[in-house]
Amino acid sequence: MLEVHKIAAIRGEQQIFGPLSFAVPKSGAVLLVGPNGSGKSTLLRILAGLGRIAEGVVNWDGQNALADRASHGARVCYVGHLDAVKPALTARENLGDGADVGLAAMALSHLADQPARFFSAGQKRRLALARLACSVAPIWLLDEPTLGLDVASVARFGDMLATHRATGGIVLAATHLPLPLPDAVELRLA
Amino acid sequence: MNIFWSIVARDLRLSLRHGADTLASLLFFVITSALFPLAIGPAPETLARLAPGIIWVCALLAALLPLDRLFGADYEDGTLDLLLLSGLPAALVALAKALSHWLVTGLPLLLVAIPVAMMLNLDPELLPVLLAGLLPGTALLSLFGATGAALVLGARRGGVLLPLLVLPLAAPVLIFGVAAADAAAGAQASAAPLLFLAALLAACIPLCPLAAGAALRSAAE
Repeated sequence: MLEVHKIAAIRGEQQIFGPLSFAVPKSGAVLLVGPNGSGKSTLLRILAGLGRIAEGVVNWDGQNALADRASHGARVCYVGHLDAVKPALTARENLGDGADVGLAAMALSHLADQPARFFSAGQKRRLALARLACSVAPIWLLDEPTLGLDVASVARFGDMLATHRATGGIVLAATHLPLPLPDAVELRLA
Repeated sequence: MNIFWSIVARDLRLSLRHGADTLASLLFFVITSALFPLAIGPAPETLARLAPGIIWVCALLAALLPLDRLFGADYEDGTLDLLLLSGLPAALVALAKALSHWLVTGLPLLLVAIPVAMMLNLDPELLPVLLAGLLPGTALLSLFGATGAALVLGARRGGVLLPLLVLPLAAPVLIFGVAAADAAAGAQASAAPLLFLAALLAACIPLCPLAAGAALRSAAE
């Protein structure tokens, strides 16, 4: 259970959003929507323990999650705008431990031993998403995850999300595109 | 600890794939050292006298070359975020990076220093002392370098700022390193300067990663 109490973010002198409070129960999903610059990415980075939190508390199972950001990092699988794919490494090497599960989940198994520099933008995106299937982290933070994906890959991604939620994992996703997340709670940032 | 070694292994693999980048700093070391006989004349006695200083300065400069990519590449492609979320404290991420810099740059420099020392007519009896100084010396350069590289992350023209930050920090390393070789050349005990280097290393192994880790965190914000 992820609980967010009155958090706010400041960039420069300006408050981007907040104070904002919500809770995500086990197997829950939250869709962050709002215009450009409304702080969706900033909120995801704060929840990952990467961004600077101006005020408020983030609790995981009743404990302050951001007190120890290193161990909070292990609870989180974050897919941002950047794919974090190394062109010189093969798809399998890019994923590291448990690579085959991830590659199969995003239908990249046939490219496992290809260096990622031969990948198209969409394939790199799929490789970035395949990282989710390799991880055991309960919290998935996704920033525009389906940007540049074809229809079949979005469907596969939907299966991954469903599996993750079926095992009690939670998903927070910022998006402008429709996501395969049934019964997700919409959180609108102004 | 597994995560720590997997970061190191991944960096080593990337360095092997980018072989040209890895070799560049070694070739830079050889070529700058080879310029000195051309500039100050090939008299064997002069070269032998200057050899430790030349080797130390060139090694220092060569170790700087790959620093701006040490965290820069990971920062630009988003890998840095994943490293910070790996479950490892940021300081250990920085230590893993410094270790891989040393394995890819410092250790090869140490080996290449042997033929370069011969080329500069260094007395073969001084070679062990020179290498004994370079061993902690290159490790210190990797630690200072990683700290500097983390600090300039995200700064505009960080690559220019980096030597200005790292070179003053490296001055004590240079002083004690050359002092050890000079003491040996004057038939004096070289243990004291070498122990100073070792003490410096013992202080920097915990302190530099802490500073670098804090810098990585603030770069990610």
